[in-house]
Amino acid sequence: MKIKGLVKSMRYALIGGVLALLLPFSASHAEYGDVVINNYADAAGMRPVVFPHWYHRIRFRCKVCHADLGFAFKAGGNDITMEKIIDGQFCGACHNGEIAWSIENCGMCHSGIPNTPTQIHGSTVQRLVAPSYKSMNAK
Amino acid sequence: MKKLMLVGVVLLVAALVSTPAVVMAADAEAAVSSANTFNRLLQKPAEKNLPPAEDGIHDAENDNTYVLQPPKIAFDSLVRSDFGNYVDWIKSLREQKISPRTERMGGGEEAMIMDLDIIREVRGSMPNVVFPHKGHTEWLQCSNCHPDIFIPQQGANRMNMAGILLGQKCGVCHGKVSFPIVTTTCRLCHSQAKPEGWAPGKSAASVDNPWQ
Ligand code: HEC
Ligand code: HEC
Ligand code: HEC
Ligand code: HEC
Ligand code: HEC
Ligand code: HEC
Repeated sequence: MKIKGLVKSMRYALIGGVLALLLPFSASHAEYGDVVINNYADAAGMRPVVFPHWYHRIRFRCKVCHADLGFAFKAGGNDITMEKIIDGQFCGACHNGEIAWSIENCGMCHSGIPNTPTQIHGSTVQRLVAPSYKSMNAK
Repeated sequence: MKKLMLVGVVLLVAALVSTPAVVMAADAEAAVSSANTFNRLLQKPAEKNLPPAEDGIHDAENDNTYVLQPPKIAFDSLVRSDFGNYVDWIKSLREQKISPRTERMGGGEEAMIMDLDIIREVRGSMPNVVFPHKGHTEWLQCSNCHPDIFIPQQGANRMNMAGILLGQKCGVCHGKVSFPIVTTTCRLCHSQAKPEGWAPGKSAASVDNPWQ
């Protein structure tokens, strides 16, 4: 019995901890469409990457990145690494000192608050006050 | 010295003016339990288009954060809207306030624009959905949508609002980068009025209801 209670209170503490972690993010007001990419950055001691859609769409149509350069429509879903970037893939297709400033400007991309999870900021799902509604006839 | 005194006087006046209001507000709040705050769930956006160092995602401890462009400066010359980035991207493009490249290196061909509206009849009272190929092909290429997200055949794709809100179909882009899905944007997609005399269908449970 006692152990069960302990497990239960630990579970609540865990949920509380997770909620406390989430709080700062729900309180952030970054630009709509800003992508945080943090599959590997934190673990390697670098700040997470913040990719601003607004800034890039002033300069490029979506198709340049999402068709020509092959970025899939999924935050964190492209498995971007520095090795691929210096070989001219992903961000490296432009951040090469020709089209945009070059890759040695680490802090321009790695500018996120440490521990921020991968996300697309301001998305509908993130803004809902309750978990998404599932339709009656959804399987 | 004079300057300091002036600041002191200003501060004193400000304090005198603001104290009664602050005390009253505190009194009223002390009586209501925190379980019953007026807005339990609503979170209004604070200020629009905050500079990176204040936006809650960029690290203010990172020197480079201050080199990033504050969005307000960039958006000043664009056509504004009431949602998302608070920029009307379609109008900003059509009025040539921006000229995003079609190719990575610039130049190249003009975007291939296709003017074809697809009308989707909508269950219930919401106006029908008009999908304009024009506004989309100004930004995207056919292969961004066909065939992965939509089979290019009218009516061949099943969609509903719950799925869209979860990020499927139109929700792959809308609610993420393209305009968000909020009360003020429903009519951008639901833009064709139902035919005259249209009335919503009745639920079976209501038709068979013996108490009515
Ligand atoms: C143009 C943007 C950009 C610049 C500039 C940049 N990075 Fe990255 N970096 C990324 C992205 C995107 C990722 C993937 C992030 C993730 O998934 O965690 C990444 C990941 C990393 C990672 C973890 C993954 C790996 O490949 O090891 C390290 C370490 C890293 N960067 C270091 C650096 C250093 C050091 C510099 C400066 C010399 C730098 N980065 C400059 C965009 C950039
Ligand atoms: C300069 C390149 C670039 C341009 C231009 C660009 N994007 Fe992106 N987009 C990205 C990157 C990078 C990501 C994140 C990918 C990752 O994390 O692996 C992304 C992610 C996305 C996502 C995924 C969100 C999710 O569900 O996680 C969507 C949707 C998207 N972009 C839509 C657009 C639209 C619409 C436009 C045009 C208005 C656009 N993008 C223009 C680079 C770009
Ligand atoms: C299609 C080309 C292209 C790709 C791909 C691209 N960028 Fe950029 N990016 C640019 C250009 C052009 C600029 C403006 C450079 C300048 O000011 O000289 C820029 C600027 C930036 C800025 C600075 C914004 C500011 O406020 O000044 C950041 C941060 C950035 N890019 C991050 C990224 C990251 C992270 C990726 C990969 C996930 C990426 N970019 C991929 C073209 C690109
Ligand atoms: C933003 C996504 C998107 C883009 C980009 C896009 N389409 Fe479509 N397309 C759709 C949707 C949604 C439909 C309607 C499907 C349905 O009703 O089930 C459609 C339908 C079609 C149809 C069927 C019309 C009919 O009457 O049956 C054709 C043909 C088509 N698209 C061609 C194209 C071509 C060519 C391009 C590029 C120039 C293009 N599309 C770009 C989303 C897109
Ligand atoms: C691949 C990404 C993508 C998908 C999928 C998509 N859209 Fe869009 N849509 C955009 C972009 C980009 C714009 C430009 C405006 C913006 O970014 O807010 C846009 C704009 C629009 C507009 C305004 C057009 C105008 O001329 O004013 C409407 C209406 C619209 N979308 C409806 C839809 C509907 C309905 C669907 C699903 C059937 C859909 N979209 C699917 C990317 C997409
Ligand atoms: C990006 C475009 C888009 C926006 C924005 C949008 N809708 Fe929809 N909506 C659709 C599409 C597409 C369908 C499915 C039509 C069909 O059956 O083919 C739909 C269907 C519906 C339906 C019918 C029930 C169902 O699930 O099929 C309702 C009700 C609805 N939407 C309500 C809303 C409300 C309320 C809003 C604003 C908060 C909204 N929609 C915003 C595209 C949109």
